Amino acid sequence: MGKYIVSSSPHITSPSTTRTIMLDVIIALCPAVLASVLIYGFYPLFVTLLCVASAVFFEWLFNVITKKKQTVGDLSAVVTGIILALNLPPVVPFYVPMVGAAFAIIVVKMLFGGIGRNFANPAITARIFLMLAWTGVMTSFVKPIDLSDGANLFAYFTQGVNINLPDAITTATPLKGVKDAIASGANPAEGLNALDMFLGRIGGSAGEVSTLAVLIGGIYLAVRKVIDVRIPLIYLASTAVFTAIFFAGSEYVGEYVWTYMLGGGLVFGAVFMATDYATSPKSAVAVVIYGLGLGFLTVVIRKFGTMSEGVSFAILLMNVVTPLLERIKVRTFGAPEKSVRDMLNGIKEKAAAKKAAKAAVAEGGEGNE
Amino acid sequence: MTRELKFDARAKGKIVANGILASNPVFRLVLGMCPTLAVSTSAFNGLGMGLAATVVLVCSNMLVSMLRNVIPDKVRIPAFVLIIATFVTIVEMLLRKFVPALYDALGIYLPLIVVNCIILARAEAFASINKVGDSVLDGLGMGLGFTFALMLIGFIREFLGSGTFFVGSLGDVEFGVELGNLPDYAMGVFVLPAGGFLTLGILMAAINHLSDKAAAKRALRHEEEGKVIDSLIEGIVKEDEEKRAAEDAGVSDAAVSAVAKGEEADK
Repeated sequence: MGKYIVSSSPHITSPSTTRTIMLDVIIALCPAVLASVLIYGFYPLFVTLLCVASAVFFEWLFNVITKKKQTVGDLSAVVTGIILALNLPPVVPFYVPMVGAAFAIIVVKMLFGGIGRNFANPAITARIFLMLAWTGVMTSFVKPIDLSDGANLFAYFTQGVNINLPDAITTATPLKGVKDAIASGANPAEGLNALDMFLGRIGGSAGEVSTLAVLIGGIYLAVRKVIDVRIPLIYLASTAVFTAIFFAGSEYVGEYVWTYMLGGGLVFGAVFMATDYATSPKSAVAVVIYGLGLGFLTVVIRKFGTMSEGVSFAILLMNVVTPLLERIKVRTFGAPEKSVRDMLNGIKEKAAAKKAAKAAVAEGGEGNE
Repeated sequence: MTRELKFDARAKGKIVANGILASNPVFRLVLGMCPTLAVSTSAFNGLGMGLAATVVLVCSNMLVSMLRNVIPDKVRIPAFVLIIATFVTIVEMLLRKFVPALYDALGIYLPLIVVNCIILARAEAFASINKVGDSVLDGLGMGLGFTFALMLIGFIREFLGSGTFFVGSLGDVEFGVELGNLPDYAMGVFVLPAGGFLTLGILMAAINHLSDKAAAKRALRHEEEGKVIDSLIEGIVKEDEEKRAAEDAGVSDAAVSAVAKGEEADK
């Protein structure tokens, strides 16, 4: 006879832990890191390493000071560090990633109780903090290294060494051009090339520019079922739709739609930041509202705001309302299903019953006569 | 007719200290958040706002307390507002005449002292039910607590947001230090409202943590004192019991010997 094993539930467990999920995210971020090195040289890699080291250090330090169980092993600080670095301009002074990582880890994550209890995505909140703290630094972007000229390969090693950027190597982001076009009524796609924007040969934040690299990571995460694909898909679709709606009167609607889809941090934000477990909703209704809200806010901020990019603010705002969205319940678990249609049916049935009763009374009356 | 003239300095000091520490209007009572966040962009502005509010608070507390038996209960709030508004107008005119720089820096928040929750709350919660002297001291303590909080937030926000230390001007006298080339690296966010909320939130968390710690320490000390007292009582009880036991033993010995004697006598 075999042995009988008696144990309490759960009997079926998944091998995935926070650590394995975070490892998957790190793997998915690799193409974007690689793209940033190919496009801007080695300085973004240095920034990424500094961000990761700072994030891990501050989490370790916080746990030591508050005498809590050490949590750096779950690798979530590494992920926060990489995502933060990819959100920064390719060339920034060294203190920017350090302060950003400290803010993301200590203020946004650990003070609220650590992983899973952060009220918003730590990396996006840190990016916004840095944006408001050092606006000048955070909005000066270097030009991508020109690969057609062999002599420029030298720039791979020297770009970023002199962090007081001369005007000659700084550039505007495509979205800045689009913003100017909104005011002037010119063609927003003037001077922009869809292939360059897809590959990332434009000015912008280190990891956001290459839509291709971000999509590769996104597909990996989707295949590994790490992220909820509904969120990026609804976000991207709603951004396209809302752009078309908001620019419906313009003769360049098509140009606005594709520059908005490929420019800025939209795809990166949709894949890596809007899908954060702790700050994105789970129920179907909430996910749809979340995605629509993200798209709506992104387009509203890009079109009407003073800044040319709105993805980070949109994600922060929707992160904050996520707990409210989760409260929208179509049906309480265990309770009888009651949709709007059921309620209408109920009213109809009641009305029919009343009618029948009246008719019966009337008939009865007739019968009596 | 004798009148108690003894001045209890300790109790009076407690009223003032209560406003600065234990019930600090900003950090503990969470009152007057609007001027706190709006004006604390620099330590000098915080100081000016705090002192202006203190003057109004002391005067209004005094007058409200004097009139506390005259003002009908139903119209007390309009009466308080009228009293406060009078003093705010006086302070406003004085500042405009003598410290126009500060007057400009405080802007709309100066006339808004009229509706500052701290002043109305102290009139309602303290001055209208306490003696004049105590009310003045309460106003002073709360005002100093408000000033202390505004200056603390102001120092942090000014240092991080502008890279300067206590910059301001009084008439022709300018003071304050620009700390080297720190202004070039200043984090602008701390001068913005978001930085005000961040600073206030983190300070409040820190102060709550410290006061929790102090309370825990006090509880521990009480417990230890309790233990000492318990052991003392135990000792006394034990001694008492031993004494009683000894006495009982003596009594029983005596009884035994008496019985024995009796038996002997019987024989």
